[in-house]
Formats: sequence, structure tokens, C-alpha cells
Amino acid sequence: MSQTTNESPVEQFTTSLAEIEVDWTTTGLDDIESTLTALIESPAVGVELPIDGVTLPERVETNPDPTAIRTATTGVTPATLAIADYGSVVLESDPNGSELMSLFSGTHVVVIEESDIVGSMAEAFEALGPHLREERGDAIVATGASATSDMGALVRGVHGPKHVHIVIIES
Amino acid sequence: MSGKTSKRAKAAKIREILDTEGAAIETNTQGFNDDRYESVANLENYEALKDEARAIKEDAIERLPELIEELTAAVEANGGTVYLAEDAADANEYIESIAKDADADSVAKSKSMTTEELDVNEHLESAGVDVVETDLGEWVLQVAEEAPSHLVAPAIHKSRAEIADLFEDHFDPDVPLETAEDLTNFAREQLADQIADADVGMTGANFLTADSGTMALVTSEGNARKTVASADTHVAVAGVEKIIPSVEDLQPFVELIGRSGTGQDITSYISLLTPPIDAPTFNGDRLGDPDDREFHLVLVDNGRMAMREDDDLRETLYCIRCSACANSCANFQQVGGHAFGGETYTGGIATGWEAGIGGEESAEEFNDLCTGCSRCTEACPVKIDIPWINTVVRDRLNRGEDPDTFDHLVTGLTPDEEPAGLDLQKRFFGNFATVATLGSAFAPLSNWAAAAPPSRWIAEKLLGVDRRREMPKFTRGTLRKWAKGREPPADPEREVVLLADTYTNYMHVERGKAAIRTLEALDVEVHVADVTESGRAALSQGMIETAREHAETVADALEPHLEAGRDVVMVEPSDLAMLRNDYRRLLPEEAFDRLSTNSYEVLEYVFGRLENGADLDALADGDGEEIAYHSHCQQRTLGLAAHTEAILDEVGYDMVTSEVECCGMAGSFGFKQQYYDVSMAVGDDLREQFTTPETEDRRVVASGTSCHDQLTDLLDRPATHPVELIAPEEE
Repeated sequence: MSQTTNESPVEQFTTSLAEIEVDWTTTGLDDIESTLTALIESPAVGVELPIDGVTLPERVETNPDPTAIRTATTGVTPATLAIADYGSVVLESDPNGSELMSLFSGTHVVVIEESDIVGSMAEAFEALGPHLREERGDAIVATGASATSDMGALVRGVHGPKHVHIVIIES
Repeated sequence: MSGKTSKRAKAAKIREILDTEGAAIETNTQGFNDDRYESVANLENYEALKDEARAIKEDAIERLPELIEELTAAVEANGGTVYLAEDAADANEYIESIAKDADADSVAKSKSMTTEELDVNEHLESAGVDVVETDLGEWVLQVAEEAPSHLVAPAIHKSRAEIADLFEDHFDPDVPLETAEDLTNFAREQLADQIADADVGMTGANFLTADSGTMALVTSEGNARKTVASADTHVAVAGVEKIIPSVEDLQPFVELIGRSGTGQDITSYISLLTPPIDAPTFNGDRLGDPDDREFHLVLVDNGRMAMREDDDLRETLYCIRCSACANSCANFQQVGGHAFGGETYTGGIATGWEAGIGGEESAEEFNDLCTGCSRCTEACPVKIDIPWINTVVRDRLNRGEDPDTFDHLVTGLTPDEEPAGLDLQKRFFGNFATVATLGSAFAPLSNWAAAAPPSRWIAEKLLGVDRRREMPKFTRGTLRKWAKGREPPADPEREVVLLADTYTNYMHVERGKAAIRTLEALDVEVHVADVTESGRAALSQGMIETAREHAETVADALEPHLEAGRDVVMVEPSDLAMLRNDYRRLLPEEAFDRLSTNSYEVLEYVFGRLENGADLDALADGDGEEIAYHSHCQQRTLGLAAHTEAILDEVGYDMVTSEVECCGMAGSFGFKQQYYDVSMAVGDDLREQFTTPETEDRRVVASGTSCHDQLTDLLDRPATHPVELIAPEEE
């Protein structure tokens, strides 16, 4: 976990990602589609990003059936928040199926806007409190790949994704 | 079957667990514990977060009835149901009714200790509903038909090879499973279809927030997420103590729970669900309406509301089941939860949980494995005084069914305040001060007699004192006698009263003499108190009333010294810990505060004198001598190891230090026949550290009396107290 305070939130965030061995790419709004295309391995499913004028590459099925979700190689979903200290992203569980599409595939590609990166867990909860209380929503604070040590050594990729790739859209 | 196991049978059971499960448990728990130190060191506001977490739990348990109502209203407003189950049977019947209403053949379950407490799997299966555990560790145990040995990592007692053999026998896989990755992939594939096919998803809840009806699930594998997302019906089972007021209150716990438990800064997933969740359902070949999801919260009392009324057990309800108390426990690191645990719960806090849920007897078999070393108290993220809970339950067990039973004849003949039926072993060790007084008066005769074969045989048969231990040697002259009539420094800067503990006064008199010479060399006038026993020995045997008597005697004896402006100095850390911490429970607040703030460990006092300008040259010169230093468990919890290390370094010793939580002797624990093997297994780590090529020739230095005894038994060289290394020669 990063403790250096003179770094910007995005620098702290990527420092933390490096510590937990999660890959990331920063990209501009104009390049988002090509960035994602390069990261996606088919079959892919995903949820459209809540950013005006941005659509997911055509290869990403945004209206998948349960079988497509369960057998996808890549899932692409937005995150609403990132926590720099921990390298965490906050994933919504919404009617669009974000939770399902971030959970079942081998690789999860998470898209976050730079302006949505906060420094600390306390800052994240300042946002999560009203959200959960007022909208009664669901949120997953996800940090790195799914993992277990139950089989005698650390293994990544258990019930959830084995690989996580974070795409940071520069403001 | 008899409820009580004999000392010999218990020794045999522990020996077997040490042989079969000890190695895997040691590697895993010590790994967690090392990672915990590293992870919390990186957390700037660690202490403040613990205080905050503690305050939230204190407030929540205080206001629990109100929070239950608030939470119920929130969950119902969200479209879920809440059922408050009085006990396990009540909860199980209700859960069965949900399964029946959902027309369920199968339930997928993510890991939950509370459902273990209820035996919900057995109940559902007897009702014809299949249950599959989806956490890999729990699943391994389900296949092996074994009980969890750890709160967080339930199959911690199994090595990779054992799991591979188990899968081989049970599933006969096409390709041999060798690596952890092979085993994980195999388990995932086995479980994927079962999760997909389950009609009900059952989870626990690490926390519930009353303001929103949100539940937090702390996991790493992703099985809880899948369990909830895959089935239309979600049942969460949680003890009532899991409720906290608001979503924001989750923050300190989210930052502390992974670090405190397995030493991860954060686990992979913290699910903050306000169920029924908003995800679409899996509805055959298409996604279904999120509104079709159902949610049922089962809040479990099962003794908890009564624990809330119990001044000594209440703190247990603050527990977040992180497993820090188990991982930081030297004994647990050797034997794990199959020895150090009850029906459901494991580790130091298990005594509180088992006693609260099933009555004190449920903790009887394992309660004595807590030696009161106190290493768990600083590891606990909600600062529970776990040793105290163990002591209280031990005391209640000593007293039996009627807490007021006293045999007046026995009371007249024994120097304690304990009931007639008290175990002789406990009575012997709890009253060791009396033994020491007699032993010293009749030394060396008493030493020869104690060492003679018939005595050792009797001691083992009658008192359960292990024959393999060397008995402490009494000295004919006491420290008090030696100190009488000494010439004080001509113009002392300070005056202190030395509370010479039982060991320092009667047995290890040399360290007392060294303490006095050292203090005098630093212009301190030393008075030796008229009391020796702090009550530590009695307290460690769960003899609280006897310990209170000792505390009162100490307070009375020290009062004139405190009035005269003297500081209290002590040599033995475990006795200092009594005055600094445990007397809080035994004396009126004012008396406790006075003793607590004015008492010092001898090297801590020396450190303070030097800080205030005393002359370092007055002390003996270390002259680069190579030493290996082991600080005492309670000394470390008091934050006082650093003072000794600083001084030894300052006067010129070349020092390496041990890295263990406890030496394994822990007062009388290692002398007890039933615990000798655990004690030596704990000590083995220390022995290894002090017999490497780098350390094997170093002089052994230790601050605690029991550490001294243990090190003497472990190594073929003697141990010295640090004060003897800095004391100037007698002029």
C-alpha cells in the first residue's frame, strides 16, 4: 500500500497496482476503443461505460445470455470509484449485469475515470455511505484477482477472475 | 463418556495433534502472523483505527436492541425479510422453511462460522436438501468430513499433499493433481456447476449496517459473490452482534480485518450488498428480472443477548473473527484449533464464544491452553482483553456449578480464596508463593527433597508436574534479607521501592541483587517491599479471588512508599503486567491508577534515569560481548522490550534478539504434565533461533523467570537476566 503523500492520486493508485501485481493502461478518451480492443480476448461480454460518446468495441457482447456470461474469456465493466492506497476498484452490482460480467470471466477489464480515483478508504466510504444508504445499492470493493491459499500455496483465479486489467481514462 | 479428560489422556491427544497437524498449522499461522506485523506497520493510523473500531463495537452492543429494530426496518423496506432466531434449533427450522418455500433441492454456501455454530448443513441434509460449501477450505473439510481448525482458514491443518491424497481417494481424477493450482482448478470445476444449479445461496455476514440494511462480506475467492449472484433466493445468517450503526462505520473494519487476520492489506473482495441485490437473475437461457430476487436475513441470538448482560463475557461480542488471536498465540501455532478450540470456535477468543453459547463447560477442554501471555491483546483489532475472558471462565470452571460454594474446612487450611473442589495442580501453582516461602526456609534440604525420584513421582501423580522439568532451586537467603541494612547512596536523586517477586526474592536472588546495585549506581535509594507475590500465579490458574487478595496486600504494602514519593520498580515482567494492567480488574480504580502509573520494569527505569542525565559510565561495560536476548511476552505487550535492548546496546553489547511470541513456558504452563509437549514444541522455535552458527556461542539473556527456566531446559547453556549484565560490581 502506498504511503507517499506527494504523489497524485493516480500515481498512488498505479503504485499500489504494481504492488499487488495488477496491470494497468492509461488512455485518453479518444483512444479508449483501441485500448480496449487490444486488451480483449474473445469471447467477451461487457457493460457499456457511462461516458458520453464512448461505446465498447463491437467484439464485446453487451446483451449476453447466461451461457455467454459463464463462458466469456473477458468481461469489461466500469468502476465507479478507485482507492489509491489499496489499488482497489469499486464495482457496482446493477440491473445491467455488471456484477455478473465482472465475476465469471477469466480476465476482468475494469474501466475507471481518473477523476474517480480517491486517496484513502475513508474517502471512499464518504461516497459509499450516502450511496448505499440512499440508493440501497450494492458495491464490491475489488482488489486484485480472486485468490486462495487453501490448497497449500497462493493461487490466483479461483471462483472469480484470474487476471484483472485496469484501464484509467485520463481527465 | 466422561466430560473431563485425564491429564494423561489430554497429553496423549495433544501429542497426536502435534504429530499429525502441527507442522502445517505452524507454517500457516506463523506466516499469517509475520504478514500481520508487516501489514499493520504500513498502516499509518493503525492504533487510531483500532480505537475507532473498538468504540463502534462498544456503542453497537450497548444499543443492540435498538439497532436490531432499525436494521429490521431497513431490510424490510429493501424488500427482504428478517427473522430473529432464539437458538440453533429455531434458526435451523426457519432456514429449512425458506428452502422448502423455494422448492430447493440444493443450497450453495459461502463460508460462515455462525452456520457452523448452528450445524445448519446437518439439519438441511436431514431434511433432504443438499448443501455444498463453496469456499475451497470448507469444501475440503466437507469432503474429508472434518471440522474447521481455524476461524478464517478452516483447513489450515492440511498440507497440499494431504489435500491431493484426499481428492485422489474421493474423486479418482483422470489426471493426477499435484500443484496447488491443479487442486484449485479441480475444485473450481467441481463447484461451478453445483453453484449454478443451487436453488438457494447461503452466506454469513461479517458486518450488517442498521442504517441501510447493507451486509459486508469479506472474501478472496469470489465464492460468496457467486453464491449470492447465482441463486434467486439469498439467505444470510448472522449473529446479532454483527450489526453496526452505519455504512461509514465499516471503514475501520475494512482496513483492519484482512491485515489482522491473514496479514493482507485487504482481501480481494469486500462485498457491500444491500439485498436483494440489483443484479439480473440467471433464468434458464436468459437473464431475468432483478426484482425476482428474494432475501432473508436470519439474525441469531443463541446466547448472545445473555452475553451482552455478562460484564466479563460481553467483550466477546466485539470480536470480528479475524483470527489474529489464534495466529499470534504461541500455543495455537503448534496445536491449532482441533486442540485449542471448542465445538465451533478456535483460538483465544473461542473461550468467550463457546462459554457464551454453550456454557462454561464447553470451554473446559481447551481453556487452559491460554497461558495469559497477552500477545493476542495487541493483535486484536478491537482490543479485547482475551486473557481476562479466559481467566474468568477458568475461575467459573474452578468454582463449578454453584459459584458461592466454599468448604470452610478447606478454606481454613489453604492460603487461598478458592472453592473446595479446585484441581490440586491449579492450587499448587496458584499458591506458589507459599511453596516458595517454605522451600527457601528449608533450602538446600527442600531442593534435594524436591529433586529426589520419589518426590518427582509424587509431584507428577498428585500435582501433574512433569517429571522431565527441572524444579526451580530455592535459595537459603532471600533478597529481602540481603538488602537489609545496606548503605544507601549518600545523596540520592530518587527513591524507589523494589517489589521483589516470588522468584527474585526466593530463587533468582542474583538478579535482585544486580537490580539493587544498578539502581544505587544511578543514585537511586532502594527500599525492598515487604510483599513478594503480586497475584500473578493465582490469576493464571483462574483463582481470581486469591489474586484479588494478593493485589490488595500489595496495594496496602506499597501505599506508604507511594505516599513518600517513591516509584515502584520490578524485575519480573509478568508481575509488572499485574500492576500495570490486571489490577484494573482487581482493585478500586483509584488504587489501580496509582500503582499502574508509578510502576516500572527495572531496565525501563534505568532507561528513564539515563534519559534524565544519570551517568552511563556507572554501569558495567558490555565490551562488545556477543549476546542473544529473548524478551518476555508480557514485557513486549507492555512495549518494554525496546528499553532493555537500547540499554544493552548502549553499554556496548553485541546483540541479536529472538523473534517468537512466547518462550512456551508461560509461568507454570510448561511444568504441567499435560502441556509439556506443547510447551517444548513452542520452545523449539526459540531453541532453533539461539543455536544457529550466528547465535550458538552467544551468551543467552532473558527478562522473564519462566523464559529463564525454559531456555535452560532448551539449551545447554545458562540464561542471565539483562540487569545482571549492566550491574556494576559490588564496591
